[in-house]
Amino acid sequence: MTEGNVPDNVPDETTSPAAVEQEQIGTRSGMFGTSGTGDTSGFGGLVRPVLFPAPATAPYGGWYDEVAGALAEAEPTVVIDRGEITFHVRRDDLVAVARILRDKLRFEFCSGVSGVHYPDDAGKELHAVYHLLSMTHNRRIRVETTAPDADPRLPSLVPVYPTLDWHERETYDMFGLVFEGHPALTRILMPDDWPGHPQRKDYPLGGIPVEYKGATIPPPDTRRSYN
Amino acid sequence: MSTYNDSFTDTSEGRVFTVSGQDWDALTDQLGEVADERIVVNMGPQHPSTHGVLRLILELEGETVTEARCGIGYLHTGIEKNMEFRTWVQGVTFCTRMDYLAPLFNETAYVLSTERLLGIEDDVPEKAQVMRVLLMELNRISSHLVAIATGGMEIGALTVMTIGFRERELVLDLFELITGLRMNHAFIRPGGVAQDLPPGALEEIRGFVELMKKRLPEYADLCNANPIFRARLDNVGVLDLEGCLALGMSGPVLRSTGYPWDLRKTQPYCGYEDYEFDVQTWDTADAYGRFRIRLNEMWESLRIVEQAADRLAKLEDAPIMVSDKKIAWPSQLSIGSDGMGNSLDHIRHIMGESMEALIHHFKLVTEGFRVPPGQAYVPIEGPRGELGAHVVSDGGTRPFRVHFRDPSFTNLQATSVMSEGGMVADVIVAIASIDPVMGGVDR
Repeated sequence: MTEGNVPDNVPDETTSPAAVEQEQIGTRSGMFGTSGTGDTSGFGGLVRPVLFPAPATAPYGGWYDEVAGALAEAEPTVVIDRGEITFHVRRDDLVAVARILRDKLRFEFCSGVSGVHYPDDAGKELHAVYHLLSMTHNRRIRVETTAPDADPRLPSLVPVYPTLDWHERETYDMFGLVFEGHPALTRILMPDDWPGHPQRKDYPLGGIPVEYKGATIPPPDTRRSYN
Repeated sequence: MSTYNDSFTDTSEGRVFTVSGQDWDALTDQLGEVADERIVVNMGPQHPSTHGVLRLILELEGETVTEARCGIGYLHTGIEKNMEFRTWVQGVTFCTRMDYLAPLFNETAYVLSTERLLGIEDDVPEKAQVMRVLLMELNRISSHLVAIATGGMEIGALTVMTIGFRERELVLDLFELITGLRMNHAFIRPGGVAQDLPPGALEEIRGFVELMKKRLPEYADLCNANPIFRARLDNVGVLDLEGCLALGMSGPVLRSTGYPWDLRKTQPYCGYEDYEFDVQTWDTADAYGRFRIRLNEMWESLRIVEQAADRLAKLEDAPIMVSDKKIAWPSQLSIGSDGMGNSLDHIRHIMGESMEALIHHFKLVTEGFRVPPGQAYVPIEGPRGELGAHVVSDGGTRPFRVHFRDPSFTNLQATSVMSEGGMVADVIVAIASIDPVMGGVDR
């Protein structure tokens, strides 16, 4: 995409992330993405944090401030990154935030919910990410909320956005996030009696036995790989 | 356990009869007093008119549907999970297999989000963008052709099916010429496309456009005013704008309500703002309107293909991949007699001339590139509606999480709203008008 055709639904002037603390969602060790190899370079002991983009500070610029102002009561953490704005809200505020966004700010269209499992993000391991679209104003935002692994409950947004019916079922199926108030929270993609939630990072992966002198193909997360 | 003559079990919900081809008289005798018109029919998952492995649970009162539910998941292959254990480039190979009628859209959605994470959106060369547009619009034509063809077949219009697949084959031939494969191309890569247009491709494309201009009117002649066709499609599967927005419908279903929402116009990507085309709408919000929109969109796609071909003619020898050697696939690919592979010139270079080039190739192919931490969502207008990939990176060489917002999955939720209260035969038409592809629904 060239300079001239940046979509007009992103404000021209947005503040750059201030030098506040970035959110750490994990750590990365070693230099070359491998472990368990005979790395004698000394870089194998390197430990670096995995930092997500830092929150922005008000004013955010353009219509971002309008949306942030309307949501002020929920005190969202705002992250502006790569031209996309994310509102991190507490799960208790989620329904109220969604109602304001739909009714007052005309975010009529919800693209769905996507779960993400950050096993190292202590106290908020499970994230639910909603992508909202205002067709009236041609704006897109992302709303993100979290739940701890020990208490994976979120309020259901089906009463606000009926389209989330299947999306929440899928997220429950894949991550074990329980959406309270969903009309029928059952598995949707996996079989009804399936144990576990496959998209979680701690879901055990199977290896493949091969017919060669007791050899096996190890599960992908235990294979030697660069990451 | 039930025997041949004793084909029911008593449950808390009442007596359940299992019918599997036995003597109907024997069954009706057993029904005795409880006989009424209400039956629950399990349609699918293996039924020719449920678009792949879709299971419908229909509650019927006579021939009227009182409740329709979908059972999905029969084609779940864990593509999103698999992508977390492959490099960023290899992810394309997986996601192209999701919605198998629109592989190039899946690839583009994933690649655009990845490029936003990499921060190279502005560096992708013009020729790569034009080729993406060209391929996507050809793909839109082939996808709509299947939608119309299978939709026609399901209501008994077999000629529509045969000519639909005849034309689709022409598009697939073009894909084979350009990408090396008819489907599952893995051709659109982060940073550009896999390889340049082969010689003679533009002539083939222009020939195809000319042929389609003669062939597309056949569909209009066969269907547009055909009284049987109209009787089956008119006022069937109606869903108004309010319902569409509440259920998150997009694509032809949304545009059949008269709302001209098309991401190619409203939130352009890949340079769509530089092409002249019109957003097609209809005002009946029914299956017939969706059919006409698909027909008209094929004409618009032909317009875009022509413009893209003209631009490509001026872009001979232009780059098709970002210049950043740390992202661009190291080898130039070529199509040999046995399919696509590394070009012989490149093999000669890394094996015979430059050790550094060999190391670079090896590192980039086995390890891949790293993507800065963050998340991105860049939706595109697929043939069925808004298709987007929510891509999360933790700074590694593999995606941390990829979630596809597939329009088939979302749109299929409207099955019950569109079919309840109608005739059982109209369920088929309503689903065909949504045009779900189960590979995309189940992923």
